[in-house]
Amino acid sequence: MTAHAHIRTPLARVRGRGAAKSGTGHFWYQRVTAIANIPLTGAAVIILITLLGRNQAAVAQILGSPVIAIIMLLFIASITIHMRIGMAVVIEDYVHDETAKIAALMANTFFAIIVALAAAFGILKLSFGL
Amino acid sequence: MADTKAPAARPLSPHLQIYRPMLTMTMSIVHRITGIGLYFGTLLLAWWFISAAGPNGYARFEWFIGSWIGRIILFGYTWALVHHMLGGIRHLIWDTGRGLGPSEREWLVAANLIGSIVITLILWVIGLLALGGTP
Repeated sequence: MTAHAHIRTPLARVRGRGAAKSGTGHFWYQRVTAIANIPLTGAAVIILITLLGRNQAAVAQILGSPVIAIIMLLFIASITIHMRIGMAVVIEDYVHDETAKIAALMANTFFAIIVALAAAFGILKLSFGL
Repeated sequence: MADTKAPAARPLSPHLQIYRPMLTMTMSIVHRITGIGLYFGTLLLAWWFISAAGPNGYARFEWFIGSWIGRIILFGYTWALVHHMLGGIRHLIWDTGRGLGPSEREWLVAANLIGSIVITLILWVIGLLALGGTP
């Protein structure tokens, strides 16, 4: 116990002690992305259904057109942020070994970033026609 | 921290195995499982977008998604997506403090399950019609 311990509030002592080591940031972002996901996923599903049965040239043209590409990029961003937070919660709940937990959380971050970048690259490539 | 002695034997909160399985609890678990499924399913989405750049790559993607295993994965993915979204809306309603009463929460959960099955089937009927009646 340090000399100033007695002036620390109970809140300050418990802050950051949970499995996630942080406060409500992730909770809030999970809700922000959840709400963004509703219209974006709806739009993405409609777009993907219209791609069915079309040849590659038509699919590339549809996905690469500006409005569709922007919707898909927003969709990718929102779902990958949302899924990273969601998986982090699952890991924090079930992986109790500290080393394994840190490794799993890191792998989760890498996976989310790789998927986000790969999917976004696919759309941008179609859009810019490289 | 691990080797410090607990000052007193405190009561622990009861865990899953002590409860009788309920619909709301089962659906909470299903929400997690569908979320995990969607997490890995994004690989398919990324493959779809990347493969669209060339005819050979897209033919490989179409072959996979048209195979019976691809169809099963895509059907499961559709259901997981719809179910997780409806479940998410249910949680957003609960976040506002509404719909938590005994009959309301049961009703919401039932609507979630029935809604996800109905919407998935509707999406697949539309999808198969878009494919020109070649299931």
